[in-house]
Amino acid sequence: MTPIRTDGLTKEFRLGLGRQRVVALDRLNLEVHQGEIFGFLGHNGAGKTTTIKLLLGLLAPTAGQAWILDRPIEDVTIKQQVGFLPEAPYFYEYLTAEEFLTFYGQLFGLGGAPLTKKVEELLEMVALTDARRLQLRKFSKGMLQRIGLAQALINDPALVVLDEPMSGLDPIGRRDVRDIILGLKEEGKTVFFSTHILPDVEMICDRVGILVRGRLRAVGTVQDLVGTSGVASVEMVVAGLTDAGIQEAERQGGKVLRRGAQVLLRLDDPSRVDSLVELVLRSGGRLVSLVPHKRTLEDLFLEQVKAGL
Amino acid sequence: MSRIIVIALNTFKENLRDKILYNLVFFGLLLIGSSILLSTLTMGEQAKIIQDIGLASINLFGVIIAIFVGIGLVSKEIEKRTIYTILAKPVQRYQFLLGRYCGLALTLLVNTAIMVVGFFFILLVGKISLGSGLIKAISLIYIELLVIVAVAVMFSSFTTPTLSASFTLAICVIGHLTADLRVLGAKLQNELTKGILDGLYYMLPNLEYFNVKGPAVHGIVIAPLYVVSAIAYGVLYSAVILLISCVIFQRRDFK
Repeated sequence: MTPIRTDGLTKEFRLGLGRQRVVALDRLNLEVHQGEIFGFLGHNGAGKTTTIKLLLGLLAPTAGQAWILDRPIEDVTIKQQVGFLPEAPYFYEYLTAEEFLTFYGQLFGLGGAPLTKKVEELLEMVALTDARRLQLRKFSKGMLQRIGLAQALINDPALVVLDEPMSGLDPIGRRDVRDIILGLKEEGKTVFFSTHILPDVEMICDRVGILVRGRLRAVGTVQDLVGTSGVASVEMVVAGLTDAGIQEAERQGGKVLRRGAQVLLRLDDPSRVDSLVELVLRSGGRLVSLVPHKRTLEDLFLEQVKAGL
Repeated sequence: MSRIIVIALNTFKENLRDKILYNLVFFGLLLIGSSILLSTLTMGEQAKIIQDIGLASINLFGVIIAIFVGIGLVSKEIEKRTIYTILAKPVQRYQFLLGRYCGLALTLLVNTAIMVVGFFFILLVGKISLGSGLIKAISLIYIELLVIVAVAVMFSSFTTPTLSASFTLAICVIGHLTADLRVLGAKLQNELTKGILDGLYYMLPNLEYFNVKGPAVHGIVIAPLYVVSAIAYGVLYSAVILLISCVIFQRRDFK
């Protein structure tokens, strides 16, 4: 079963009085595999939320098709197996945490003892058992995000779609959300989430897709995209290097930053490391440290965004 | 069906926890109570004054609640984006819309009941006998409220709360004057204008149809058939308006 598949999914908006056409999503072809955590990356306005809204039927596509769990998205019954947390969610603030989860459970046709049990489990999972009788208006942002995650899981979904689940959270809140997402994968669920917080993606995603201006620019595992061998640059800290030596190092393509008695040399071409080390030793310097820098997802992301704009 | 009930009960709960509603009901009761005071200023017609003010208060505050809660019923959900999570569940859009409508209808039923209890209490205090005309008048006030809420929901499903408030208020006012449209049309020579006015007459809700407060207060008999036909008209009109709302809402994009 394929949790998410899209074929040429396109959304155009008409804005303003001139009815100017804006393509928010341009012929998206995407396939999310069973049981994986898929990170959907993009800058603000790249079309991430539009994609998610199309998948959930909040927007109607201009062209193209999409399937959730092998059924077309127009079929409302597929939502029985989907959990969704919108971006910066606002919920019914007059409800208490318990009432809130019960209400969403009832929308799935749940009720009675099984629902009560499920609500309790979820409150426990998102560490809100103590706040169960508190109205949501009194919740902090982190608590709202956690109760939002809980409502997305009330139906024990096969596919969980999260829109910017980590935005606006402090480091502890982000870690909590990360842990919950990893927990979902362990339970065999598929998680599709959009974000622009890259370290989280590198840490937990099986595969990522990079969306720039409504177009999918890259899809694959983080390793595939960034490259396994890819040492992008090397940084050396050197002590006791003479001025002549520094000038020579600069000529060889190193970028120099003086730090008191020590000098930081940055080399963007890793293949020239050996000759630079030799130069340092020859001119009386001492190598303090040598750190290779791998290409990160952030580098890749920025490259793609630059190329796409 | 069950999803409509779940949403309706949640809407009812939302209304119950809204402080504005209590204020409105409080002022409604206050106005009904004040009728005793006002009636002492008149000679003779005391019973009529009390009944008149009582019915008018129930009507007025019902309409205010219907409009101001009704216009936010759908548009507030879109504005606050709470609708995203609802429609991402296995809920059809029409179920959401009807659930919201039924929730407010229930709220209005309870509100009206509270004000009616207050009204009957004042009648008891004033030793005024309770005629069947009053019951009929109150029933038709409630039907009028159902029509107004349907109109508010329709506007609310495609425009902002401010605009829907203005539109709904306008419809409410015109709805009580539709008979004049007809009279005006009959006096005009121009066939086109006459046609437009006639069209408006049939399109707009004839809210005056539900107004039997005068006869009720003056003890004039209201024919049961009239009441039944007014109820049928109100229910049918609301159903058509809700159907149109559902069609509009079904095609809507939530940006």
